[in-house]
Amino acid sequence: MIKAENLTKVFNRSLVAVDHITFNVREGEIFGFLGPNGAGKTTTINMLITVLKPTEGTASVLGFDVVRQSNEVRKAIGVVPQEFTADEDLTGYENIMLCADLYGIPREIAKKRALELLELVELTNFKDKRVETYSGGMRRRLELACGLINYPKVLFLDEPTLGLDVQTRIAVWEYIRRLRKEYDITIFMTTHYLEEADTLCDRIAIIDHGKIIVIGSPGELKDGLGGDVITIAVRENADVTSIIQEVENVKNVRKENGLYYVKVVEGEVTAPLIIEALRKKGYTVTRFSLTEPTLNEVYLEYTGRAIRDMEGSNAEIMIQRLHLRRARNG
Amino acid sequence: MSSMKAVNDCQPSFVRGLWALTRRELKKWLNDPVMLVMFILQPFIWMGLLGKSMNISGLFSADNIKLPPKISLPGYAILSPPGLQEVVLDGAVLSQILAEISSRIMEVAFGVADYFSFMAVGMVSMIVTITAMFSGMSIVWDRRLGFLDKVISTPVSRTAIILSKILNAALRAMFQATVILALAYLLGLRFSPTFTPLNLLWIYTAILLLSVGLSSIFIAFSIRSTRMERPIQFVNLITMPLMFSSNIFFPASLMPEWMQAVVRINPLTYLTDIVRHLTILPIDVTALIVDFMYLSLFAAVFATIGVVLAWKYLTR
Repeated sequence: MIKAENLTKVFNRSLVAVDHITFNVREGEIFGFLGPNGAGKTTTINMLITVLKPTEGTASVLGFDVVRQSNEVRKAIGVVPQEFTADEDLTGYENIMLCADLYGIPREIAKKRALELLELVELTNFKDKRVETYSGGMRRRLELACGLINYPKVLFLDEPTLGLDVQTRIAVWEYIRRLRKEYDITIFMTTHYLEEADTLCDRIAIIDHGKIIVIGSPGELKDGLGGDVITIAVRENADVTSIIQEVENVKNVRKENGLYYVKVVEGEVTAPLIIEALRKKGYTVTRFSLTEPTLNEVYLEYTGRAIRDMEGSNAEIMIQRLHLRRARNG
Repeated sequence: MSSMKAVNDCQPSFVRGLWALTRRELKKWLNDPVMLVMFILQPFIWMGLLGKSMNISGLFSADNIKLPPKISLPGYAILSPPGLQEVVLDGAVLSQILAEISSRIMEVAFGVADYFSFMAVGMVSMIVTITAMFSGMSIVWDRRLGFLDKVISTPVSRTAIILSKILNAALRAMFQATVILALAYLLGLRFSPTFTPLNLLWIYTAILLLSVGLSSIFIAFSIRSTRMERPIQFVNLITMPLMFSSNIFFPASLMPEWMQAVVRINPLTYLTDIVRHLTILPIDVTALIVDFMYLSLFAAVFATIGVVLAWKYLTR
């Protein structure tokens, strides 16, 4: 659905925002770009949605080249930008209809669709209220609805939950999942929230300093670290290392102070198998714990620093974003 | 349902996109009556205070000078016949003569007998200038708020994005100019006998031309600017000189020559001239043709420059 090859953007001939990145987004998946602020996520999106021209490399969306066939790309995609771009002085309904006009969707179809989308994001009751009266979560939902007015095949979400509180964030995730299911679209999103990438994305690309460091599903990335660790103790005084070793998915077993540290792939599935195997041989498990590596550890492993170092207060994020905008606008 | 979803029914149209974007601006404008009043207030105050206080015809009026009933002149002031010791003039007759001369001066210099009518009409140019500049600048906001980026990511024509700003400026200017003319009439503007409501159509055309030119300059100037302060400062800086170096307040024919050269390039001069001829002065077809040609040229040149520069930015 989306193909990027050596995609590069250099601002003002010196600031390399995106540095030869290559990736592929498959049909129907939610693909996430994970990285700290300033890693090049928004610049990448802007190139894919034809707002910025790549300095080097190529990209295509639905087979259309983003430079040569930009108009075809624009017709087929939906964009939900990082900022709240809806016009404050207009109502929610007027905003959606404005989008419909820009896409040239026939009036009658557009009216029906606008109401349907407002229903989907639960803004029907507020559709005739001016956007300036909307809360952050409502604005974000309105942006989602606007981005869907042309029934896009691919939807681009730039930091869909930036600046939202935890509850609203979870609600927005729910909408995004529903969109994918009901409108069967491919979603390309950026985020710097690990949790968001973990729960929402089918595959993640970790991007830092304009380069893609690693691509994979959240599970694969975590497994790449060597998998989950299961800690086990048995009442009996015998060595059960060999029994555990024979269980499927077990990578290695280490015994220390009476505890067995078992490195496994897919811990949740393997754990019951180990307990079962031990019970069959007549052993009783007295202690058990399962530690899954988090994306944070993955991130740490690949970038050498924790992503939360990059997160700041909302105010800091706003300031950083402003600086970035200035840099981008050159 | 699902079959409908599979069809991409986008048929982006230039006209629809242009109108949608223009309508958005107009809605925003109408939603904010305070700004509307503020914009009109400025020229209103100018014409109310300056136009009324600069009572130039009053300078020469007999009431003002208050001549005594008898005025004596020493004999040497009379060249012919020579030899007279003293001449006594009738003050009332002299007043009449003065009044006659003053109205001739006003006619020759301003074309009309009262300065207020002369100056109030010029306020149309003032409001068109301010409106066009500020509307053109609103593109800075659109850019800062990310609205512009979102619009660029839709298949709407790039030219429509820029033209919507220009069109919006022109429509606003036309409306506000109408309000200003109506207010001027209430304050005592005297129309010439050749004035008909049909003349308004020509005035609107002229306003359209000037606002297209001016707003294009400002779009081109401000599209790269991320901050609002600079363009606003620029407008403040340029509005006054633009107005003083035109024929809004004073007839160009009485200015020093170097100044006349500036007045002749200043597009405000031509709009003011058109509006004057179509409202308070008798219609002069030749002058109007020249004025319209100049304004058309001005609009065409700067609209082209503005669209080209803005286009370059939008497709960076």
